[in-house]
Amino acid sequence: MSATLIQQLVDGFAALMLLTSFALLAQHRMLSVLHWFAGQGLLLAATAAIVAYGTDNEELYISALMALLLKGMLLPWLLRRVIRQLHVHREVEPLMNSSMTMLVALGVTLFSFHIIQPIEKTSLLMTRDSMAIATACVLLGMLMMITRKKAITQVIGFLAVENALFFAAIGATNGMPLVVEIGIAFDVLIAALIFGLFFFQIRTTFDSLEVDTMNAHLIHKDDDE
Amino acid sequence: MLSLNAALAACMVCTLATLIPAFCSRNGLQRSLLCLLLAVTGLLACIAGLAGLLVGGGDLTLPLGLPWLPMHLRIDALSSFFLLLIGSLLLSVAIYSQGYLRGMAHIASLTVFMPLFVLGMLGVVLSDDAFTFMLFWEIMSVSSYFLVTFEHQHVENRKAGYIYLLMAHLAGLLILGSFATLYAASGSFEFAAMREAVISPLWAAIAFLLAGVGFGTKAGMVPMHGWLPEAHPVAPSNVSALMSGIMLKVAIFGFLRVVWDLMGPGDFQWWWGMLVLAAGSGSAVTGVLLALQQNDLKRLLAYSSIENIGIILIGLGLGMLLARFEYPMLSALALIGALYHAINHALFKGLLFMGAGAVLHSTGTRNMEVMGGLIHRMPWTAALFLVACIAIAGLPPFNGFVSEWLIFQSALMAPQLGGTMLSTMIPFSAAMLALAGALAAACFVKAFGVVFLGRSRSEAASHAHEVDHWMKLGMAIPALLCLLFGLSPVLVIPVLDAIPQLLLHTSISDSVHAHGWLWLTPVDTGRASYSAPIILAGMLVLGGVTFWLLHPKGRTIRRSKMWSCGNPHLNARMQYNATAFSQPLRRIFSGVYQPEEKTHIARPFHTLLTQQVRYIVHIQDLMVQRLYQPVADYVLSLAKRLDRLHQQDIRAYLAYTFYTILFLLALLSIKQSIAAYHFWPLMQGKALSTQILAGQPRLPVAGLVTGVAV
Repeated sequence: MSATLIQQLVDGFAALMLLTSFALLAQHRMLSVLHWFAGQGLLLAATAAIVAYGTDNEELYISALMALLLKGMLLPWLLRRVIRQLHVHREVEPLMNSSMTMLVALGVTLFSFHIIQPIEKTSLLMTRDSMAIATACVLLGMLMMITRKKAITQVIGFLAVENALFFAAIGATNGMPLVVEIGIAFDVLIAALIFGLFFFQIRTTFDSLEVDTMNAHLIHKDDDE
Repeated sequence: MLSLNAALAACMVCTLATLIPAFCSRNGLQRSLLCLLLAVTGLLACIAGLAGLLVGGGDLTLPLGLPWLPMHLRIDALSSFFLLLIGSLLLSVAIYSQGYLRGMAHIASLTVFMPLFVLGMLGVVLSDDAFTFMLFWEIMSVSSYFLVTFEHQHVENRKAGYIYLLMAHLAGLLILGSFATLYAASGSFEFAAMREAVISPLWAAIAFLLAGVGFGTKAGMVPMHGWLPEAHPVAPSNVSALMSGIMLKVAIFGFLRVVWDLMGPGDFQWWWGMLVLAAGSGSAVTGVLLALQQNDLKRLLAYSSIENIGIILIGLGLGMLLARFEYPMLSALALIGALYHAINHALFKGLLFMGAGAVLHSTGTRNMEVMGGLIHRMPWTAALFLVACIAIAGLPPFNGFVSEWLIFQSALMAPQLGGTMLSTMIPFSAAMLALAGALAAACFVKAFGVVFLGRSRSEAASHAHEVDHWMKLGMAIPALLCLLFGLSPVLVIPVLDAIPQLLLHTSISDSVHAHGWLWLTPVDTGRASYSAPIILAGMLVLGGVTFWLLHPKGRTIRRSKMWSCGNPHLNARMQYNATAFSQPLRRIFSGVYQPEEKTHIARPFHTLLTQQVRYIVHIQDLMVQRLYQPVADYVLSLAKRLDRLHQQDIRAYLAYTFYTILFLLALLSIKQSIAAYHFWPLMQGKALSTQILAGQPRLPVAGLVTGVAV
């Protein structure tokens, strides 16, 4: 494959990445959020693999494999189990309505393209165009955490931020050192497991997975004291 | 070198004393070791101070502290004097503590923090760079906080400790600011460089204001005195003696060091002395007026400390004014008066706090309303307390008179200085000084009379017992020194003369000596002179004659019941009590006090049958109320508003993070565009080079693209 083709492919995947981020932000049904999240993980693995092929970097292949197994399969599977067992299928009405959220997301994306522009000029990597998208994805993940009310969607937002950071690492420096990457992957896995456990605990304690209910409960407790 | 060695040894003994609880757990042993080591420290400090004043000091650089800033120590006349002051009171307080701490449980925290406190004060006096100074200053502040909250089981003590800590930190911050200003002028933390530095008048004024308010806060200058009447009463009495006797003086030392030494009389501006004079006059009068209305013995002493700090400040303010207008001799006289008063106050206020501690020890209360008649039960304490009362009231032949007289002399001899404001300010502050002196006399007549004279007003007071020999000895030393300093100013002043020589390059010892050892004649031999021995002799003769007239030989004294105006039963409640004694002054100064008075008359049976009259008077420190309360309220409301930010859910916190990131990114991009605007050719060149590189067919430049090239 020629370098240009690889670059085109990376750019294409980056665009798809941005699409998944927007989709995550727009979806309300839990399972479709999860599907888009899994799709993002697969995209990430594919991007990593292509960059690995393009730069002939063996370590990046391992990263790609880890992304595929962990982010594309294991995490979605874990979360799917949680959703099934807890019977949460719909996100309640978010703080902002969807169109408003989309507009804000659009603004954030434009903003990140604007600020990354001067950095892109100085980079020689073939993945340099993806940096702006990675930044946008990080911010969109955060936006998702802010606007959603269910704890599970917030966790997915958190994992999406993590995906975007991974993507940014590929884009900026062709991947982090393998050791670091393995460490992070392990962290995310553990975090997901702990989140899963917590969901059950929270459910039994508060009878709900909505953040507002937990807050109300906490504030109520403060008043008692 | 003797003085430096002795001072270093004192610091080491102090450091050693903080380790006592580490290797001995028995209360009695801890106490004895603490007192022994503190006494040794005191003695060494005295030796260091005397040697420094008589022989001369020296300087030393210790390889401690920051890597690029070793610890600079220096003993000059000023620090020698304060070492002597610290040592002389510390010695007697250490002896006193051996008795006072007996029977007190859990003194471990006291054994750690008391030596640390002393170490802090010694270090402040010895330090010769700003860093060392601040280090020891904070050690002093923080360890004294733990001493104030020693009995932390009481809520009021914790509250007092909090206020104290707050204001000590405020003071520390301001002092740090003044050092920062001097550092900016000199480029070095060392005092030697700061002395040499040339500082612009504006920055000098800023440094002066910061140092003045900072050290003033620590010294209890009105209106920054709010912590003092709270913290002093609740500390253990031996600690209050140290805090009031020495710590306030260390603050005065700091002021002298920064304003008089580091900046120097050459930098004085005309309004500096005015400001210090005004603060001093205000402190003196406010302090004594509030002291008069206190019924808590230690609180009364605390307010009286404010008054005495005011007197010292009046002396210093006069000195600054006179130095500014080129009257070095008079300025030196005022300075000597202030310093003399500093050591006098250390002695008699230390003694008074120790006496209050003795009373507290044997009656278990600080409330003067339930004392009375203690002179019969505690004759030694009473006699020693009386000595201190006379001294603090400024009566001859004790030391208080000498120092106040010296300050008066410098005020009275001060010529017309430029401007109406200046020429009215000096007589005004002299009048304030006189007023404060008279009121202080009234105040201590009240203190002594209500506590020791009359009949006991409570069970506890009638069963009081004399304190043990350690405490008596501890109180006897400063009492003796009070008399000594009062009798021999002619011998003391030449020793102090090294300080004006250092700060003002003037000496007044010649004129003091002009009429021999008997007569103290400051500056102008023709105008005023004072001879304590002759006055003492006169008083003794007069007293002897009176005694002889009243008790002639061969006639015995007949004791009978007191005449009671025909009233059958006399009881202790019929005598003047503390509130009643101060009533006339409360009436006269009611505009200042604004007392809240309430009279409840109970007539349960008939309008003409009064069963009970209850009079309640409440006097608040208006300065504290009007000045501190609004600030405290504002800070609290601000904190409440901020608190609401913390009562959010997790999404709000995430949103804060999100906004912060956006903000920082925006800042970055703005910065970049500014840089691009300024360095346009440079950026263009860079962009050009990248374009060239990007345009070429994938040169193996960056290493990461090599795979593709192959």
